[in-house]
Amino acid sequence: MITLIIISTVPILLLYLGLYKAQKSLLPVTLIGLLAALGFAIAQWNTSAQPIYSGMMLFDNFSVAFSAVTIISTILIVLLSRGYFEKISSHVAEYYAIILFSLTGIIMMVSYYNLVMLFIGIETMSVSLYILAGIKKTDFASNEAALKYFLMGAFSTGFLLFGIALIYGSSGSFSLEAIRNWVLNSDPHHIDPMFYAGILLIIVGLCFKVGAAPFHFWTPDVYEGSPTLITAFMSTVVKTAAFAAFLRLFSECFQPVADFWVPVVLVITIVTLFIGNLTALYQQSFKRMLAFSSISHAGYLLFAIVALGASSANSVFTYATAYSIASIIAFGGLILVQQQSGNDNFDSFNGLGKKNPFLALVITVAMLSLAGIPLTAGFIGKFFMFSGALLQFHVVMVILAVVNAIISIFYYFRVIVAMYFRDADRDELVVPVYYKLVLGLAAIATIAIGVYPGLITGFI
Amino acid sequence: MTVSLLIFLPVIAAALVLFFKNSAAKHAALVFSLAELVLAGVFLSKFVPNATTQFMVVVPWIPKFGIYFNAGIDGISMIMVLLSALLVPLIILTTYKHEYKNAGAFYALILFMQAGMLVVFTALDGFLFYVGWEAALIPIYFICSLWGGQNRIKVTIKFFIYTFSGSLIMLVALIYLYLQSPEKTYDLSHFYNLKLSIPQQSLIFWAFFLAFAIKMPLFPFHTWQPDTYTEAPPAGTMMLAGIMLKMGIYGVIRWLIPLAPLGYDRYWDTAIVLSIIGIVYASIIAFRQKDGKRLVAYSSIAHVGLISAGLFAWTYLGAQGAMIQMLSHGINIVGMFFIWDIIGSRLNTREISQLGGIAKVAPKFAIAFLIITLGTIALPLTNGFIGEFLLLSGIFSINILLAIFSGLTMIFGAVYMLRMYKSVMQGETNALTATFKDISGSEVLVLGIICALIIVIGIYPQPILHISDAAVKQLVDQTTMKFNEVKP
Repeated sequence: MITLIIISTVPILLLYLGLYKAQKSLLPVTLIGLLAALGFAIAQWNTSAQPIYSGMMLFDNFSVAFSAVTIISTILIVLLSRGYFEKISSHVAEYYAIILFSLTGIIMMVSYYNLVMLFIGIETMSVSLYILAGIKKTDFASNEAALKYFLMGAFSTGFLLFGIALIYGSSGSFSLEAIRNWVLNSDPHHIDPMFYAGILLIIVGLCFKVGAAPFHFWTPDVYEGSPTLITAFMSTVVKTAAFAAFLRLFSECFQPVADFWVPVVLVITIVTLFIGNLTALYQQSFKRMLAFSSISHAGYLLFAIVALGASSANSVFTYATAYSIASIIAFGGLILVQQQSGNDNFDSFNGLGKKNPFLALVITVAMLSLAGIPLTAGFIGKFFMFSGALLQFHVVMVILAVVNAIISIFYYFRVIVAMYFRDADRDELVVPVYYKLVLGLAAIATIAIGVYPGLITGFI
Repeated sequence: MTVSLLIFLPVIAAALVLFFKNSAAKHAALVFSLAELVLAGVFLSKFVPNATTQFMVVVPWIPKFGIYFNAGIDGISMIMVLLSALLVPLIILTTYKHEYKNAGAFYALILFMQAGMLVVFTALDGFLFYVGWEAALIPIYFICSLWGGQNRIKVTIKFFIYTFSGSLIMLVALIYLYLQSPEKTYDLSHFYNLKLSIPQQSLIFWAFFLAFAIKMPLFPFHTWQPDTYTEAPPAGTMMLAGIMLKMGIYGVIRWLIPLAPLGYDRYWDTAIVLSIIGIVYASIIAFRQKDGKRLVAYSSIAHVGLISAGLFAWTYLGAQGAMIQMLSHGINIVGMFFIWDIIGSRLNTREISQLGGIAKVAPKFAIAFLIITLGTIALPLTNGFIGEFLLLSGIFSINILLAIFSGLTMIFGAVYMLRMYKSVMQGETNALTATFKDISGSEVLVLGIICALIIVIGIYPQPILHISDAAVKQLVDQTTMKFNEVKP
């Protein structure tokens, strides 16, 4: 559990470094801290995991895998942030510190074994994010984002907490193991309705966090208003963690009563897919398109929960990894384009293919991956999701998902069309070395996973 | 020696060609594609024409999900491999008089597409087949929309969405088959042995049919085709019409009918009727076309309709006819599009009404055009004849009426093709066509090879028929046995 300790102490160190104006050392210290945390997390892989801290947490392969992917995504995002935060504000140390605090909550979310830890994790993560969303203090949109996120987030946490309380009321415990045993030992037809009400409230709370329809209304505004890097963090790391938490709770505790909640999640999934995709079609802003597409990706990720089974964890892990890597490329590219053209419309990508072939190429790889084209990681993710859903005979759901995959081609390819097939007078963008490194690595990883998925499917 | 050599050579070639500039990329691409042709020749020489699958490669890919890199060549695949290995160098040669921007990327995409198609033609694993299917689609999308004509953006996205929809449905069907297989595998031979009920097989049939019908294309899924063929750069059109549409036909032979024989047994008539509607419909539209390239595009729908009709009759003769006709159609259509590429790039127009009398100023060109036209309309002693004859006799043995309607392709084809030839080549030269320069250099080479193939295959098709003979016979017998099992 050294990972959690490192990630929660490094930010305190960072704050002191900020106090003593050691601006240059912030990034290296953050990176070293994250790498150390990653190393310790991976060292736990395939060791026989036992619940620790009086059954509060369980650091099994599932947790190792999700910790690893969230930490790696954070490393990539932090690398992109070089020179980015300095432009927004003079208090740079706080950014790094708050991102890491948020990551602390995320590590708890992927390794909790007790509902209390789930709640603490979600709160630690969310409170940090409220601050990060509003970190451009003088910017109107950023303030709006923070306030909206805070109000909605607090509201949804209320639902979650109420759900946890009801579960506790009926089963008598917060521990996942105890709840599971309680569910297994009781007759499904005579379980207290309070327990079912608890499950529904938890679904509502968690769907808020992952941005699934009809609880998605905060996403576009918050994603658009927040600084782009923070949006990248929210739509990748945070979403991955929320799904890990969702999956662990439902596969550990609520699987025996799946007949009750699967129809609910099924409807949410289909609504999420359609709302996300259809709205993304009509966006003129690339950033807003990514926000809506992230809603539809939440829909695909929900497949694993609807079709809960032995391979669900693997599917979510693969999908979330693919989606995170591709999104980081997309947001990284957006930051560069935005800095040059001042806006984030599709038009501002026009002619990028001629002037910046490298940047256009990696963004193309990311778009293909998000659209789920074979030989990219995104396809493998979708493939696993579809396989899992068909295994549970959700044929109609898969057909609807196919329709959505086709719709998504339109808006993902708009970017490719703009970059390669439309001409515009533009100057060559200066792509900093860090960006080249991160985007290049991410693109290679996307293709490598797409060609040989065995690279990551063995993790869980 | 395994088929992976054949598949990965173009991939590596594509990666290398990417770094060449301008004409160096051209030469490099030609050299690599010729190397691929030589390699295919070596495979052919070692190939034993019986019903077995040879040069197999089986490597675990995602073993957890029963996915293997499993590919091999039997008689049917051998023809397809020959087709793509033969046409790609020819197509690269046709571009020798063009200067493309970013030539490295252009030729790399063509080679990569070849690799994708070779995967499709040799895959024995459902997942691999799907990946190859899409891997061939992405490059052609970029070829068409980067180097295409005026309306390329709209047209190519339509093309992409169309084919992508079909293939996703096919993917669902493949996953379904995987889940039905007791061993949880994507292996084709296990799929063949599945005992599925008639309703299940019907669904599988339609899912695959949709993907393949869009690719070929069959009526009513053809609406992407004329626009895409017209807007694509000449080499892209040749890749699409010459090789890529054969992926659909090959899919019917290898996947659709053997996987869902009972579904086929129930719906074969619908499939044949759709094919025949396509033949008549496309022929009638071809009469009215003013643009030569568009006319050829519609003629391709008609000819593919005949192949598909003969195939869905599912007799030994019909299937053999489909095999040889795929090769012939590939050669002829590449020739035809090259003819129009030459006319289009010399005169800057493809309007048939503005042309005429070219034969007087360009005799060599006229001879080549004539031979290719005759091959396309299936005159005896040209390559088109033997294939269409076999296809028609296949349909004839099932139903005379259907055969009569299918036979219309030959008549209609002769009418619109000869009319096109007449108004383009014969008559008096006008101010525009008087400046037409006769073909030279690489053009002579390409057209010479194509004409030679048309005549040689037309006169002596036996060696080619022999390659696929045993494999086709076995496949047809096996599936026919399955219908008979259920019939009282």
